[in-house]
Amino acid sequence: MDTTEKMIEVNHLSKRFDSFEAVKDVSFTVNKGDVFGFLGPNGAGKSTTIRCMLSLITPTSGDVKLFGKFLASHRSEILKRVGCIIEKPDFYKYLSAERNLEIFARISGVDSNRKDIHRMLDFVGLNGREKHKVSGFSHGMKQRLGIAQSLLHNPDMIILDEPTTGLDPQGIIDIRNLILQLSREQNKTILLSSHQLSEIEIIANRMVIINRGVTVIEGEVAHLLNAQELIVRMEVNDVALTLSLLKEEFAQIIVQREEGNVLHFSVNRNHIPDLIKKCVARDILIYAIESKRKLEDYFIQMVTN
Amino acid sequence: MLIKSTLNEFIKIAAKPRSYLGLAAITVLVGVILFALKADGMSFISFVTASFEQTLTFEGNILNGNLVAFIVLQMLVIHIPLLVALVTGDLVSGEAAMGTIRMLATKPISRTKLLMSKFVAGGVYTLLIVIWLGIMAVFVGKVIFGSGDLMVLNSDGLVILQEADIGWRYIGGFAVAFLALLTVSSLSICLSCFSDNSIGPIVTTMAIIILFTIIGTLDVRVFDNVRPLLFTTHMASWRSFFEDPLPVAQIKESIVILVIHNIVLILISIFKFNRKDITS
Repeated sequence: MDTTEKMIEVNHLSKRFDSFEAVKDVSFTVNKGDVFGFLGPNGAGKSTTIRCMLSLITPTSGDVKLFGKFLASHRSEILKRVGCIIEKPDFYKYLSAERNLEIFARISGVDSNRKDIHRMLDFVGLNGREKHKVSGFSHGMKQRLGIAQSLLHNPDMIILDEPTTGLDPQGIIDIRNLILQLSREQNKTILLSSHQLSEIEIIANRMVIINRGVTVIEGEVAHLLNAQELIVRMEVNDVALTLSLLKEEFAQIIVQREEGNVLHFSVNRNHIPDLIKKCVARDILIYAIESKRKLEDYFIQMVTN
Repeated sequence: MLIKSTLNEFIKIAAKPRSYLGLAAITVLVGVILFALKADGMSFISFVTASFEQTLTFEGNILNGNLVAFIVLQMLVIHIPLLVALVTGDLVSGEAAMGTIRMLATKPISRTKLLMSKFVAGGVYTLLIVIWLGIMAVFVGKVIFGSGDLMVLNSDGLVILQEADIGWRYIGGFAVAFLALLTVSSLSICLSCFSDNSIGPIVTTMAIIILFTIIGTLDVRVFDNVRPLLFTTHMASWRSFFEDPLPVAQIKESIVILVIHNIVLILISIFKFNRKDITS
């Protein structure tokens, strides 16, 4: 019996805007304590799916369950336990950081006092900026303030839609550390959407990839990004001789394509040293050899396309 | 939650510079009218009194605070809707334009309550505008021009109301003016639910008021059945309080039509806002 508590269940979700189908068939499950990567290239339907999960958009079909309850029938009850940032966090520019948080706390169902708000601003590294108007904040500061507002009511689950977009490298590291801190120290369940596989790989333990509004793959990050199974690009002086070698000595290797003197094939990482040795033994000159993990290669193709 | 959300709306309105534009505009406009009447008011009212001078003799302080307040109201009530729409037309669409509607709509407050808090806040702002207009027109007018009987020229002729009989008429007049402006507020908030930019609902509100006013004033039979149903027709009903005898049935009809307009506009807004996909 599966005893894992399911925090998010998205089942065959679709959303059509007039003639445009932004989401066709997206399904995935997020378990308690997960840092769940929601991955897809730009325009894949990530934001639309997240908006459906937060009742900003009504799905055309399919359903969303959070904490085991249907969003459509338990909206307020569910949203009391969710903190989120959708795309970029927008605030009332003419109000101070403190006043903005007061406004969002008031309708989040908690009575946050000034001390709580200052503590939260301190947590996200905005201490000393309490009275400053948001109009003067940088993008990174607004992201931090966005995280502060999403945590004000101490939610069990946090949904962050591309929280590092537009940040400088240091800002990305800071936000990433903040997310890891929330997961490790406060045991929050976090859904993090991104179009960067590298980002998800660092932070998430489970992930789903969607493309063109459809779920492509879902599972453990460590399993999906298996470092043993690689896609290799090898540039040689003699393609015919190399193909003959592969056929005779490495029957398990499947050549995917040839481009001039370049071969693309999938191979287990452990076979690469042996392959190089045997090429050298047959006087095959290797000009270049590069490897990528299978999923990474697939994802890069998706993004490129 | 409704009270908390309404408090939020008050904070937002109070913090926006454009909210003070209406109060400042009323101050300047009334100030200009008071100055003009103080400087050359007698020649202004001689247009009214000239036709009666052969049959009537006017004694005492004709150009008093009560008459000045009446003139101010008559001049400004038709222009105040712009000042109201400037703030209320932005209440929903402004949030969409800023992106904050996303944040609000993901909080555990129903969209109906969120919207109702905006209607309440818009209503209170409208009330403040009307109160400020009252203070500027009646009180400042009386301080500068003194008090006295009120002479009103309406379609039935010249009506002279005694000073002791005027206070309650102003209260009633301002109450109906408030209801009319509340309808403008509801209309602009309703239009705001259909838009994601701030300017659209404000301009559309004014366009509707202008269109309805033209329909209301065009003496064409084809509009005869429509005219009594337009809220703009009842925006000048405050004047009915300065008739003698008081046209109670007419005032009641105006109040009912304005209340119905408000209810219908609120219901349309709730229907639209609850079904709106927030994509901004």
